[in-house]
Amino acid sequence: MGEAIVITSGKGGVGKTTTTANIGTALALNDKKVCLMDTDIGLRNLDVIMGLENRIIYDIIDVAQERCKLKQALIKDKRFDCLYLLPAAQTSDKSDLTPEAMVQMITELKQEFDYILIDCPAGIEQGYKNAVAGADKAVVVTTPEKSSVRDADRIIGLLEKEDIEPPHLVINRIRNHMMQNGDMLAIDEIVQILSIELLGIIADDDEVIKASNHGEPVALQPNTKASIAYRNISRRILGESVPLVSLEDEKGILAKVKKFFGMRS
Amino acid sequence: MTTNKQLITIKGTRDGLTLNIDDSCSFTAILEELDQVLSTQYIDDDSPMITVNIRLGHRYLHNEQEQILRDLIRKKNKLVVQSIESDVILKQDALQWKEENEVKVITKMIRSGQSIEITGDVLLVGDVNPGGKLTATGNIFVLGHLRGIAHAGSFGNRNAVVAASYMQPMQLRIADYISRSPDYESSGVYMECGFIDEKAEKIIIDRLQILTQKRPELNGFERRILNG
Repeated sequence: MGEAIVITSGKGGVGKTTTTANIGTALALNDKKVCLMDTDIGLRNLDVIMGLENRIIYDIIDVAQERCKLKQALIKDKRFDCLYLLPAAQTSDKSDLTPEAMVQMITELKQEFDYILIDCPAGIEQGYKNAVAGADKAVVVTTPEKSSVRDADRIIGLLEKEDIEPPHLVINRIRNHMMQNGDMLAIDEIVQILSIELLGIIADDDEVIKASNHGEPVALQPNTKASIAYRNISRRILGESVPLVSLEDEKGILAKVKKFFGMRS
Repeated sequence: MTTNKQLITIKGTRDGLTLNIDDSCSFTAILEELDQVLSTQYIDDDSPMITVNIRLGHRYLHNEQEQILRDLIRKKNKLVVQSIESDVILKQDALQWKEENEVKVITKMIRSGQSIEITGDVLLVGDVNPGGKLTATGNIFVLGHLRGIAHAGSFGNRNAVVAASYMQPMQLRIADYISRSPDYESSGVYMECGFIDEKAEKIIIDRLQILTQKRPELNGFERRILNG
């Protein structure tokens, strides 16, 4: 039996889709069978970031409305045999998908895959409800900005009402120099406010944007800051305990993070 | 003093008359006897108004009966009912009293967009995050970070206080007063409380220790039970 993990944030543009693509890719690198599910109906992006846009024939709505079999809609990744994508529909509406249909699809996918990563749309309406419906775990993505931390807090509040494990936190787009100057929220401050387990931190890296534009998830690159961070996150999901990665020239922050972890463990 | 068994005893005190009414007879019997007893009382026309305190013992009067009693006494010259005291109260009133005076313990994070309303006092073990709101008709004590909105004494109790281990609220509301955080970035303070200062007519935030002087009534429940 596989595990369904929803990746959500509340606020748009914090990197849900990028995180989904990269964690999925990193899990596939570890020889796990992974299915990525895009639930952002009408604004699909995950296929673009994975570079699989040209392969789409059927989508998630076709499956939900029984125009095709689930297996027909799954797209195999061009790099890994164990990585699949279930794309969102571009022409339909978020209300065309129901939580019941999601639960049914996820139950079917769990038979086959080790991990099902659900990319959640921004917002807390129908799209969010669909994405969360069949999930066992949740990952909340935020950036070190007040507005996205506020929305993450709201989403965590909503997730607590669902029948899933306490969510884990990914802090994305960390700019070291700004954090050191106090122009961005510090990591331990964010963790303290949200008071959930920290799954990983990802530096703001130009390579991420470059890679996304080429349709090649950054996690495939050997040693950029972001790719190491994503691979570490996937290892933590697999149950390994990996210390937070050093992000160069930022001993201050790292010391704080280490101190935080020391306090927790 | 006309019947064999006396249902009503009258005592004169400095504060006026005290009527002790027997609690085993019927209500109509009281009314009859009261009518007689008070008529026999000699009242000087020049004397000032006399206040009457009625002690009911273990008898409960509902509002209509109380009103009949008050009307009867008011018809007599120079008598005015000051209070009607009974040793018993309705179960309903007792439960309401308990509800209003109990300190309720909640263990929870109040996150953005969440709102919790409590009747009575509340002890929150957890944080109130920015955008979260905690409302209570009584006092609010937060064992954790208060970063959102706290509204104490929401039904108009201006004596209510808000106390927190870490105080950095977006807004602090007590009864009909509102204070908000400053527009500049400020860090919070540890172990502080907010209360209304009657002279300054605004909410003041100060050290927790100051509460002993400002709100001595917070000590213990006994006082509140006696005061109803």
